[in-house]
Amino acid sequence: MAGFNKIKITPPRWLLAELTYACPLQCPYCSNPVDYAKYQAELSTEDWKRVLSQARKMGAVQLGFSGGEPLTRKDLTELVKHARDLGYYSNLITSGYGLTEEKIIRLKDAGLDHIQISIQASTQELNDHIAGTTSFRHKKEVAHLIKKHGYPMVLCVVIHRENIHQMPQILDMAENLNADYLELANTQYYGWAHANRDLLLPTKEQFEEAEQTAQAFKEKVAGKMKIYYVVPDFYEDRPKACMNGWGTTFLTIAPDGVALPCHSARDLPGLDCPSVNEYSIEEIWNDSKAFNFFRGYEWMKEPCRSCDEKEKDFGGCRCQAYLLTGDMYNADPVCSKSLDHSVVQQAIESAKISATLSATEKPLIFRNSKNSRNMV
Amino acid sequence: MHRLQWEEVQQKDIILYPEGMVELNQSSAEILKLCDGTRSLDQIVSELELKFATTGLKNDITAFLEIALKNGWIQQN
Repeated sequence: MAGFNKIKITPPRWLLAELTYACPLQCPYCSNPVDYAKYQAELSTEDWKRVLSQARKMGAVQLGFSGGEPLTRKDLTELVKHARDLGYYSNLITSGYGLTEEKIIRLKDAGLDHIQISIQASTQELNDHIAGTTSFRHKKEVAHLIKKHGYPMVLCVVIHRENIHQMPQILDMAENLNADYLELANTQYYGWAHANRDLLLPTKEQFEEAEQTAQAFKEKVAGKMKIYYVVPDFYEDRPKACMNGWGTTFLTIAPDGVALPCHSARDLPGLDCPSVNEYSIEEIWNDSKAFNFFRGYEWMKEPCRSCDEKEKDFGGCRCQAYLLTGDMYNADPVCSKSLDHSVVQQAIESAKISATLSATEKPLIFRNSKNSRNMV
Repeated sequence: MHRLQWEEVQQKDIILYPEGMVELNQSSAEILKLCDGTRSLDQIVSELELKFATTGLKNDITAFLEIALKNGWIQQN
């Protein structure tokens, strides 16, 4: 982009290592690309070790092992050990599926710092429906084992229309499982969640009620449990400061080695996201077209360009601008100053209408390889 | 749950914890490094006053330790 040479480049701090797209779960809001089935290649153990070493040297220190389900990688323990030797603070972001006590101990010995486990709902029936897999009881057992072996535990629950009414029970569950951190992640509508938005987006009234419940709980458990509340940006006036600014902090490496400024960026056109098979992390972070594309403010159109809040939110999310307006240079339409703000209102209305349809009239599209191939 | 470590690239001590990190200035890092469970508050104060050849640090150190306690960076026995 014009003028990017003038921009001061800060070092990456967070590395998200998406080890695989393989996953035994089928959550219909998965943040993996809807066409993930066409990316079959996976980096080797040695490739990942090289990537971890290079990113650490650049300054990355927070590391998330993610996917898909990272436990499906046979070399996970070896990678965790390598990460610990390099001085990363590493997190296993898992569904819990396939996690045994033996593995929990082995990962601890290898130096894993904490575990984030997802649960889809507060009841077995809904959890197993949303996950597309019988997994509720096992997840709860795994949560106990994580605590038993002394890990800090982050419990992650993605919130949407199917489970938002369970907010009080979800909070009880977090307390009973002794979660140290509870991430209440209102669904962000990318990837599979975008495809299923009509069926997942709650009403504003539902959001407000759930938020009040969560807020009261936050005060109750202050000092014992920390709550991360991921805001539902469709009901905000201003966009999120996506990724803390493009190419400033976050680096995602997809399973096939493609480096992304955010985990949805592979859907944006013309970025030519570079691969770690061809370039070093230093070259990728400092010199690649993709990582420089939206650095700074030169790329902005109005109303962002002259906006006095642009240094606060960077015009919001590029992927959301592209998905909802067709132009990735536009303001994030969540912003009430956006000329396209009405598309968000239309999405909310459309979801309201879909709420009256039955599951057979409008079924959820679950995240699996068959559906992925059909979505292309 | 929290880990204090020196970051070569940033030339800073940082605290790492699930989903976050805090960069420390030099004085905060010096205080936290002495919170190892063996020293009392008075000992921490006198060690730092000696190290930096100054006096009257007790209020600043106490104020910082309260923040550290509230954030869970240290624990009180």
